Amino acid sequence: MPKGRITVIEDRCKSCGLCVAACPKSVLRISDRINDKGYRPAEQFAEGCIACRMCALTCPDVAIEVFRIDEDAR
Amino acid sequence: MNAAMSERVLMKGNEALAEAAIRAGCRYFFGYPITPQNEIPEYMSRRLPEVGGVYLQAESEVAAINMIFGGAGTGERVMTSSSSPGISLMSEGISYIAGAELPCVLMNIVRGGPGLGSILPAQSDYFQATRGGGHGDYRLLVLAPSTLQEGVDLTMLAFDLAEKYKNPVMILGDGFMGQMMEAVEFRTPEPMDLPDKRDWAVGYMERRGTRALVKSLYLDPEELERHNMKLQAKYREMEKNEVRYESYRTDDAEIVLAAYGTTARIARSAINELRREGLRVGMIRPISVYPFPYAPFENLPGSVKNVLVVEMSCGQMIDDVRIGVGRTVPVHFCGRVGGIAPSVDEIEARIREITGK
Amino acid sequence: MKETKIFERPKSMSDVPTHYCPGCTHGIAHRLVAEVIDELGIQKKTFGVAPVGCSVFLYNYIDTDMYEAAHGRAPAVASAVKRIRPDMVGFTYQGDGDLASIGMAEIVHAANRGELITVIFINNAIYGMTGGQMAPTTLLQQKATTCPLGRDPGVNGYPMRVAELLATLAAPAYITRVSVAKPKYVGKAAAAVKRAFQTQIDRKGFSFVEMLSTCPTNWGMRPADAANWLEEKMIPYYPLGDIKVPE
Repeated sequence: MPKGRITVIEDRCKSCGLCVAACPKSVLRISDRINDKGYRPAEQFAEGCIACRMCALTCPDVAIEVFRIDEDAR
Repeated sequence: MNAAMSERVLMKGNEALAEAAIRAGCRYFFGYPITPQNEIPEYMSRRLPEVGGVYLQAESEVAAINMIFGGAGTGERVMTSSSSPGISLMSEGISYIAGAELPCVLMNIVRGGPGLGSILPAQSDYFQATRGGGHGDYRLLVLAPSTLQEGVDLTMLAFDLAEKYKNPVMILGDGFMGQMMEAVEFRTPEPMDLPDKRDWAVGYMERRGTRALVKSLYLDPEELERHNMKLQAKYREMEKNEVRYESYRTDDAEIVLAAYGTTARIARSAINELRREGLRVGMIRPISVYPFPYAPFENLPGSVKNVLVVEMSCGQMIDDVRIGVGRTVPVHFCGRVGGIAPSVDEIEARIREITGK
Repeated sequence: MKETKIFERPKSMSDVPTHYCPGCTHGIAHRLVAEVIDELGIQKKTFGVAPVGCSVFLYNYIDTDMYEAAHGRAPAVASAVKRIRPDMVGFTYQGDGDLASIGMAEIVHAANRGELITVIFINNAIYGMTGGQMAPTTLLQQKATTCPLGRDPGVNGYPMRVAELLATLAAPAYITRVSVAKPKYVGKAAAAVKRAFQTQIDRKGFSFVEMLSTCPTNWGMRPADAANWLEEKMIPYYPLGDIKVPE
């Protein structure tokens, strides 16, 4: 199983929750922080991301960056 | 059409106008059939493929004007033609073209209105043409030929003026003009300094580095106001540089006629006949109806006691004549509608009635 | 340990925040178009035609030559440009009011002429920008501000299946319906957009991609619930899949 992590570009997130609904590993949630526009951005709050990119595919604001982690790579 | 550039050819009005456009470099025509201008799209559909151009019959005048909008954005010479009800349909699109500052030529072969009206000639679209036609603070440069030769010359000029000002230019004709046959010569107009379309048009992103954006929406109020002021500055330039008119036998006239287009030809006959009798009649014939030639009406010779406006309408150009004349002399009206042209006799009778001679 | 970025913004999609509502799938649709433009390397020779609707500002988000057309008229605008500049790649991007209501004549005739353009049709079964009125694609019994008791076929007829309608014409080469409502559908949507542009580039004919999309604000639902509603209610009426494919 691939391993990954995501970051949310917080000032672009509109708190729509589509990423949270899309994540097959339930590692995303809406945070308590508030951005400049008054939205609460999403965040990855737990380990277990599999770099499937479902969150980024469904984010309408291109606010999610996805990284695949290769632990064996030098 | 194999005639060389300076040969005189006998042609039907609509076809002469179409050929003039092709001689001026127009290679794209998007239009829709409507009487009495169908010869224009028909002629274009035959000629444009001969010169490597494209003729496309649109599904309606609405589609046609939007094709013109698209085509104009490429910087190429595009044209459409229609008649009164079709021009009404095009009005929204014309507003978009003016708002987006694109060049194009429109031909209105005017017929009777309002509504479905008539297929016979009229001059009842003067307000529509000279006041823009569509919504918003914009103007069309409107040229009103009186003979087919003038129609040909003004059509060729229209394409240059459209590019010079990046604004639609309208040739305001009428059904008589479209259908009559006269000998015409296709003469190249004086070359004009024109902007390079590659600086602004669609299709040059590689060359320019930036993309073209053809739009007319400005939601920010200050931005829209600035945009409108920019358009207004253009119209002031047109008013300064593009006024065209003819003064015919006005120097010693006691009554001056105001007429344009086909009506002016009829008026000219009346003037010539009355002059033979010794009646001092003249005519100011606007050739550009926007920008309107106010100056000759503001500066009428001292001999002038009356002005008579003759139109194939219920009185539209008379408003502009009144603005020019002010309160200096009375302004009278003689007009026919329904497709009827005022006759030479009618005009003469009216002149006699006004002058008492 | 090595980290590889495996998802990023396409180059031809401007790096600016969008004005769209939270959860509005326009953002996904825009991205798919921009990704294809990047993949095919056609940014500098593409022109787009934006509609009137929420996506009137398409030109702020996709960095190619762009026109802002009058409501419904994008296919006419695109037809002319493509006839004059056949080497450019042209697309329109239109909502259900723009394309299926006021623009019905223009889309049918552009399709019928087999114009070498690509049409992206965003079907969210409602009028977004103007505040939630009934659209030609609003479902039966679906409520909108101009059918507050739900769409009644006796008054307003039935929702229109535009993709199927256009497929009755001889000229169109590629007509398909996809969805951008959930990630499981996005892969096929992306492939459809690419195939549509390729159909144009290969000069095979007119291409049309209907994208079932959500409008959480005017449907009165949370974005995730809107995605579910689309799946449950819209997909059965507007089936996904290819309706006409190029030979």
